[in-house]
Parts: sequence; C-alpha cells; structure tokens
Amino acid sequence: MTTRRTLLRASLLAPAAGTLLTRGARAAEPYRVGFVYVSPLADAGWTHQHDLGRQAVDAMFSDKVKTSYVENVPEGADAERVIRKMAADGEQMIFTTSFGFMNPTLKVAAQFPKVKFCHATGYKRAENVSTYSIRFYEGRYVAGILAGRMSKSGILGYVGAFPIPEVIQGANAMLLGARSVNPKAEMKVVWTSSWFDPGKERAAADTMIAQGADVVTHHTDWTAVVQAGEEKGVWAIGYDSDMRKYAPKWQLTAVTFDWTSYYTNEVRKGMDGTWVSDDFWGGFYDNMVVLAPLNEAVPASVAAEVKAASDAIAAGTLKPFAGPVKDQSGAMKIAAGQILPEKDVEAMNWFVEGVQGKI
Amino acid sequence: MSEFAIVLSIVVAMLRASTPLVLAGVGELVTERSGVLNLGVEGTMLVGSATGFMATVATGSHLIGLVVAMLAGMAMAGVFGLLTLSLLSNQVATGLALTIFGTGLSALLGAGYVGIPVTGLATIVWPDLSSAPPLEQQVLLLDPLVWIGLLLPVATHLFLSRTRAGLVLRAVGESSEVAHALGYRVIRVRYLAVLFGGAMSGLAGADLSLSYTPMWTENMVAGRGWIALALVVFSTWRPLRLLAGAWLFGFVTIAQFQAEAIGIDVSPNLLAMLPYLATIVVLVAISRDTVRLRLNAPAALGKPFHAGA
Repeated sequence: MTTRRTLLRASLLAPAAGTLLTRGARAAEPYRVGFVYVSPLADAGWTHQHDLGRQAVDAMFSDKVKTSYVENVPEGADAERVIRKMAADGEQMIFTTSFGFMNPTLKVAAQFPKVKFCHATGYKRAENVSTYSIRFYEGRYVAGILAGRMSKSGILGYVGAFPIPEVIQGANAMLLGARSVNPKAEMKVVWTSSWFDPGKERAAADTMIAQGADVVTHHTDWTAVVQAGEEKGVWAIGYDSDMRKYAPKWQLTAVTFDWTSYYTNEVRKGMDGTWVSDDFWGGFYDNMVVLAPLNEAVPASVAAEVKAASDAIAAGTLKPFAGPVKDQSGAMKIAAGQILPEKDVEAMNWFVEGVQGKI
Repeated sequence: MSEFAIVLSIVVAMLRASTPLVLAGVGELVTERSGVLNLGVEGTMLVGSATGFMATVATGSHLIGLVVAMLAGMAMAGVFGLLTLSLLSNQVATGLALTIFGTGLSALLGAGYVGIPVTGLATIVWPDLSSAPPLEQQVLLLDPLVWIGLLLPVATHLFLSRTRAGLVLRAVGESSEVAHALGYRVIRVRYLAVLFGGAMSGLAGADLSLSYTPMWTENMVAGRGWIALALVVFSTWRPLRLLAGAWLFGFVTIAQFQAEAIGIDVSPNLLAMLPYLATIVVLVAISRDTVRLRLNAPAALGKPFHAGA
C-alpha cells in the first residue's frame, strides 16, 4: 500500500537512489554489479576486454544479476562522483577498472561499507575493497621472444602511457624475452602521458620506426601503434585485444587479457555471501593472459618456441624476472639464480639493461 | 639508417603533425581577417572528423568523407554565422558554446563508429606504401592533405594581398562601417569567411580521422583546435607565418618522441609540456608589443556589425 509518507520519501530519494523502494517491494531482486571504465567502449582495447567480462557475467547469471557500466570516466575527481553515484544507486558490487581509480574507490568504499569494491591493478585494499590484476608481463615476455626472433634490426619500440610499474614491467619483460633469443636486442621506450591520445601514439610509433625499430608495441588503450606498423610495413604487437583487423598483414600477435573467469567468480561469491577482500593475480596459468593467433609469417620453429615458453610460464617453471638482470646503469638488480620477489615486481621502477628511455 | 633518412623522417613527421593545425588555422585566419572571432574551431573539427569518418565507412570513399566533413564544418559555421551575424549574439560566448556543442554532437553521432578500422588516406593514394623502400615510403606518406596544407597558406596569402575580393574581406575586417559605406555587403562577406573557416576546420578534423590516425574516437582532436586558434594570433594574422608556426608546433610535438627514442636524457614530462610552453611564450612575446599587435590585428575583430547602427 502506498501511503503519503512513502510517496514523499520516494520523491526525496528518487534522484539519489531511485531503486531503493522497488528493491524492498520485490523478493527475487537481481544482484547488482557496476563497472567503471576509463575509456570509451570500442571494438578493441583495455575497456573492451573488461566489457567482454561483464557480458560474460550477464550471460552466465542471466536474470539473477543485473550489470551496468559507465564508460569514458576520467581518472580524478569525476571518477569519485561516478563511483559514489553507482554505490548510491544500489549497485552491490562495483569493479573499477583502471589504476587511477584507486583513491576514489577507497574513498567511496569507506562511505559504503556494505558495497563490495574490486579495483583493477591497484595496491590499496580495505575490508570491502579487493584488488585484482593480471601478470601482463608474462604475455610480454613471450611476445618478446617472438619479437627477438622476428626483428632484423634488433631494435624494439615500446609506446608507453605513463611510467608506472605495470607499464615498466611490460617493457622490461619484453626486452628480457627478446634477449633470451637475441642477446643484442635493444628497446626504445617513449611516453605519451595519456592512456588515450591516438595522435600522440601515432607520432611516437612513427618516430621509433624512423629510428630503426622494426617491431613496435604499445601499452596504451588504443590501436594507433599497430596501425602505424601496418601502414609502414613494420611488425606490430597488439595489446589488450587482438588487433588483427587494424593490422591484417603486420600484426605479429597480440597480448590479450580475458577477465571473464575473475568477474564471474567474484560475482558468484558476492551472491552467496562468501566474498572476502583479497589480492588476485591472473596469468597464463588460468588463461587470463592469452596470445592472439600468430602471424602466418612466423616460422613453425619460432611458434613452437613461443608455445613452449607460454606453457613453461603457466607451469611456473619459467619466471620472466629471473636473474641475472642488470639495470640501465649496469648495476645488478637480480642476482644469478634469484627470482625477483612479487612485491618488487609490483613496485618496479627501473629499466633493464638495453632499454633506451627514461622513467 | 643514414643521417639523411633520419632528417627526412623528422620532416615528414613534422609536416603530418602540422597539417591539421595549418588547415584549421588558415580557416580561422580568414574568418578573423573578416572581423569575426570564431572560438568554435575545436568543436567544428570534432564534428568534421566524426562525420567525415562516418561517410567514409558508409560509402568506402575517402573523397566523399572529406567533402562531407567540409559540409558538416560549414553547417556548424552556418549556425555560428546565423547567431552572431544575423542575430548579433556575442561572438566569444557563441564560439565557446559551439565548441561544447560540437564535442557532444560528435560523440553522439560517432558513438556507433568507435573502433571501426579504415585504411589511411596515404595507403589509399599509394597502395604499395607498406612495401616501399624506406626513403620512398617517407615521401609517399605525404598524402594529398599534407600538400593542401602546404599550398593553402600560400594561396590564402595571395588571395588576401593580391586579389580584389581579398582586399574587400580585409576592409570588412578593418572597418565594417567604412566598408559598408563604400557599398560592400559586410554581412555577406563575413558569412562567406565564416563558412570557409568552417569548411577548413571540418577538413582538418577529417585529416585526423582519415589520414593521421585513421579511426574515430570521442574527443580525438584533443585540443588541436585551440592550438590552431593560438596559431592565428602567433602568426599576427599572416598565412605564411601561420604555416611556419604550425611547423614549429608540429616539430615540438615530434621532438618529444625523437629525443626520448634517441635516448637524450631529458624529463619526458618537460618534453610533453613543450608545445604548450611554446604557445605561452610566443603569446606573451607578441602581446608585449601592443603597437605591433594592434597594427596587425583586424581592427573590427569581434565587433558585431549592424547596418545603420
């Protein structure tokens, strides 16, 4: 029965929490899951891969779960507003899918203790805030082996967005992979200072190609670098998604991510009440890192080498950051026989020997 | 790789980076020489890149895409003209509104087109681009829009200084009352100048979405419209200086990556700042000399004209 009071309450709450009343009214209310994306939804890229995970959640739980998302959310004050709005609107689990959402997520989480938050690629956790990530560098290491075999000049080009550990790990792992098959391989790294500026990514790739790089890759959210490779006839390695349709002739492979298993597991735990805050890392072992099909031009022997390395990493017998590894100044960072501890990998802020670039 | 090849690659990269700035900048320069200040360049460029991209995807023709982008730019400029020239609204406020409107409109129109691949204009014109030898490839990367970007400032310079129509346009921009008294149709001249500016902004936008980075994404112009506006002042309203200024900006953009890739030990943050730092330095340098600024700026810039007022 609707009384005047509930009507009044409804009108007061409507802007902030329009769903509050309806939730009380229906018993089998779907579990609500929200996603915050840093870039626009597209057919490729970081956000696209996360959205595939969201779609998998939709498909698996059908009407038991209702997902929503907000795309193109800048990292900063706006992010906090968007996340807070989601929590206030009644989302029960919120995935914030970019490093820069870390502090806004924690701030909002403190205000909504009942809502469960999962923040991608960050390192700050709380009672109701988990972190999750993928060992992107595992894929980079294997792609590096491929690049080392396919490069004629021995110079690799790496377009990075920001010098944060996640990006530095990728560049280091790729060069270590390349050097495992070609000890003379070198890598140029340049920064675009943006996850998403196609013009700058393009200019950066053009520059490195002009300076002799014959395998280019990127750690940004868009496809401009592989397109540059395609236009200039230089090998390109995609990131996040298979970018073959942007570079049908010249994409060697792509280091892609599959977030599906993580998202479906967390949502299931959230629904049956077993969710607890933790720190999750995916990789080759659980198929969250996947190499896109190799280019037809890759010789069978190299393809087999790549496959063997992926399997060895999945089995834990091959560690990308195993010594001896020196940094740019020649100082020994990982002694022979040692493996860099996880926490040092997560905080990596130095380039390995052979990288031309500055952090 | 030889020294020559490196220099050539830097020049080519610079020309490609400066082309959208030249196109939009010359369009705005002509608009301002007629006495109209259109701050809507950024929004118009965005609409041009979205519509040009959409038309190319729909028809498969880059030429149609470029034409549609110019028409869309003219439509945006037409709205601006209607508001400021016929309805006498404030030019600054209207221009800013046009940019905000264009940003939203382009995102709305292009929403379904994000991430669709198209072939770059250079590959369309030169299908053998990716297999060409390195030196030849550099030259082939100069697609027709780059050449238009080189010729347009020269043509505009000749138009403004050597033709009767150009002199009329400047007269309107210097003193609309006098031009009106002499029997020139001030409003019509300004409409034409504004429409030309819109068409060039649209073309500049399409250069980004069809040639430089062949794709459409929301907000992909990324401030180049504002740099084009700054370039007009930077050039003290001279087309050839504008071309030089655009090269400078293109070069500074490229220099960041060149320096990093060569391994010069400078902070990447400092390098990323350079284009904007250069804008401020030049604007301050120009503005210090108020006499010269006043001598060069169109005297009636930004002033509305109403016959008989």
